[in-house]
Amino acid sequence: MSRRFAQRLDLRNGTVDMTHGSGGRAMAQLIDELFVRHFDNDLLRQGNDQACFEAPAGRLVMSTDGHVISPLFFPGGDIGALAVHGTINDVAMSGARPLYLSAGFILEEGFPLAALERIVASMAEASRAAGVPVVTGDTKVVERGKGDGVFITTTGVGVVPEGVNISGDRARPGDAILVSGAIGNHGVAIMSSRENLEFDTSMESDSAALHELVAEMVTAVPGIHCLRDPTRGGLATTLNELALQSGMGMRLEEAAIPMDEEVLAACELLGLDPLYVANEGKLICICDPADADALLQVMRAHPLGERAARIGEVVEDTDGFVQMETRFGGSRVVDWLAGEQLPRIC
Amino acid sequence: MKYIDEFRSRELARKLAEGIAREADTGREYRLMEFCGGHTHAIFRYGVQELMPDNVTFVHGPGCPVCVLPIGRIDNAIGLVEAHDVILCTYGDMLRVPASGRNSLLKVKAAGGDVRMVWSTQDALKIARENPDRQVIFFAIGFETTTPPTAVAIKQAKAERLENFSVFCNHVLTPAAMQNILDSPDVRDLEKVAIDAFLGPSHVSTIIGTRPYEFFAEEYHKPVVIAGFEPLDVMQSALMLIRQINQGRAEVENEYTRVVTREGNVKAQALVAEVLELRRSFEWRGLGEVPYSALKIKSPWAEFDAETRFALPRVEAADVRGCECPRILRGVKKPTDCKLFGTVCTPENPMGSCMVSSEGACAAYWSYGRFHQARTRESAA
Repeated sequence: MSRRFAQRLDLRNGTVDMTHGSGGRAMAQLIDELFVRHFDNDLLRQGNDQACFEAPAGRLVMSTDGHVISPLFFPGGDIGALAVHGTINDVAMSGARPLYLSAGFILEEGFPLAALERIVASMAEASRAAGVPVVTGDTKVVERGKGDGVFITTTGVGVVPEGVNISGDRARPGDAILVSGAIGNHGVAIMSSRENLEFDTSMESDSAALHELVAEMVTAVPGIHCLRDPTRGGLATTLNELALQSGMGMRLEEAAIPMDEEVLAACELLGLDPLYVANEGKLICICDPADADALLQVMRAHPLGERAARIGEVVEDTDGFVQMETRFGGSRVVDWLAGEQLPRIC
Repeated sequence: MKYIDEFRSRELARKLAEGIAREADTGREYRLMEFCGGHTHAIFRYGVQELMPDNVTFVHGPGCPVCVLPIGRIDNAIGLVEAHDVILCTYGDMLRVPASGRNSLLKVKAAGGDVRMVWSTQDALKIARENPDRQVIFFAIGFETTTPPTAVAIKQAKAERLENFSVFCNHVLTPAAMQNILDSPDVRDLEKVAIDAFLGPSHVSTIIGTRPYEFFAEEYHKPVVIAGFEPLDVMQSALMLIRQINQGRAEVENEYTRVVTREGNVKAQALVAEVLELRRSFEWRGLGEVPYSALKIKSPWAEFDAETRFALPRVEAADVRGCECPRILRGVKKPTDCKLFGTVCTPENPMGSCMVSSEGACAAYWSYGRFHQARTRESAA
């Protein structure tokens, strides 16, 4: 159903202009020759303003996530792949199998079409690899200076398997706290590529879709209590959220938390605490202590959970404190992130 | 991490803690003031206080550059952005420090003011090169450690004829502040603050050396140990201070020998002396006017002095009513003695400067110390 346009979109030297968001022919061409071409699937090709599909039986989940990261391209990923992984993960953290995604683009006038194509291609690749198609979308253009290249909002829907009831308020005293791998890699990779902060590191973002790992986890242990991906604010902030939601405290053991040498070194240099540095391909799991070993075994057998570890336990505490026994042998509270460690990392 | 993990060894910490417990005389108190916010931060982050016997306590000093800057100087900085439409470059922590009228640089930035967060003076110079039509000001704060880079930036600006670049200089000096604390009525006459000894600054001492502290040790009979910022450094230094106190000695000892020498970094000192000179007096939050306690830009470099270029007025500004930052900075009060602490003043909504910086005593108490307070309440109940 290819429409005919007098000239093909100049994906090499062209730039986004106001007409690409105006609803006219230029916008139709951008959608056809860029978005539909890359995201290609039956639902999108119908060309409607919405995607219409059969809902599978069971409970549906829905989640949305805006992406404003700077820089747009970073070691181990880019805003496109991140926008796909981020929403798939938010859906998956309910234990759900993600089904479909939508994508909303806010483009800044003057943004190179070549860079946009690189982002869209990366998004399409990530969505194909994950088996979760982008089935509807929207494009708007804002004047030069009113955006920062491109902002992407993605929404996902998924379906929760029978018997799975995962929620942030279900942590119980004695529960085990697991993490799927080394923390802080995404944040450090982003920082290393910041214009004013360049430093050499081979560290790459851990950006990844976690739904397949989650699927194996819920198959092995349908009774998992909580799942959450520690993105902005890092492990520390996510655990505080869960502690608050459940009305519980937590006790962590710093020595048990997996961290890469390079992340530790970069954080040392920049004066940051790796517990507060963002992740995009890690999850925290809280479960009955009796299920912990079975889960760790399943996680470690999956490429995205090879370094999974048990890092602490849930305790009764009306103050909701997350405490940690430090490697040094002292103990301290691991508080919420105050303010920002760094701007715009996801 | 090699070269760092060695200073955070659990095994060594345990041995040191045993040594301290053995040597500390249970019949007396040991009140050790750590001057630097960096030490305060390390003590809380690694849980060092907990490894000490009950009669050895750390008294938190004023060594947090963000905390000691008086509100008037932040009002000055805001004035530069609002009235002169400059690009103001500043370290991240300064953005959130409360100014007069519940304003802050962060709010000024949100309202459209051109305030940029930088990581070094070099970032500020780069912004000046890239914006030749705009006035670019570096908001310089900090103790002796951050002073040499400011001197270098001014020299570089002159060499490059970067006429749109200037520095709003707020550099302060450690020894003057230590002397002020020791001379204050709180310590000398009223004995509201008992300080038995000092943990001396780490990074500051790499620049100025250990010699400037010899005067305190002798004149005030207070032991000083220059201590590194790692938790084992803090513990080893505490042990050295306890030994001095037990033996009735008051000397300057250097625990941080891997970096600090008696003479310090002579090259950096010369560089600073070339570009900056002593102010007759400077206002510190908490300490008030302290003679010869800060630096200003020397007259041959005056063209790069924002205070001269923009004829900055002296602004008198009061702290928020009820805020105990001044007394907390002098060690007279603890953060928990302040009525605002944790009620209206939190790191998310700081009323005073001590709650802003991670080196501030209030922020450290809030982030790391609330747990212990809650437990103390429980055991008291």
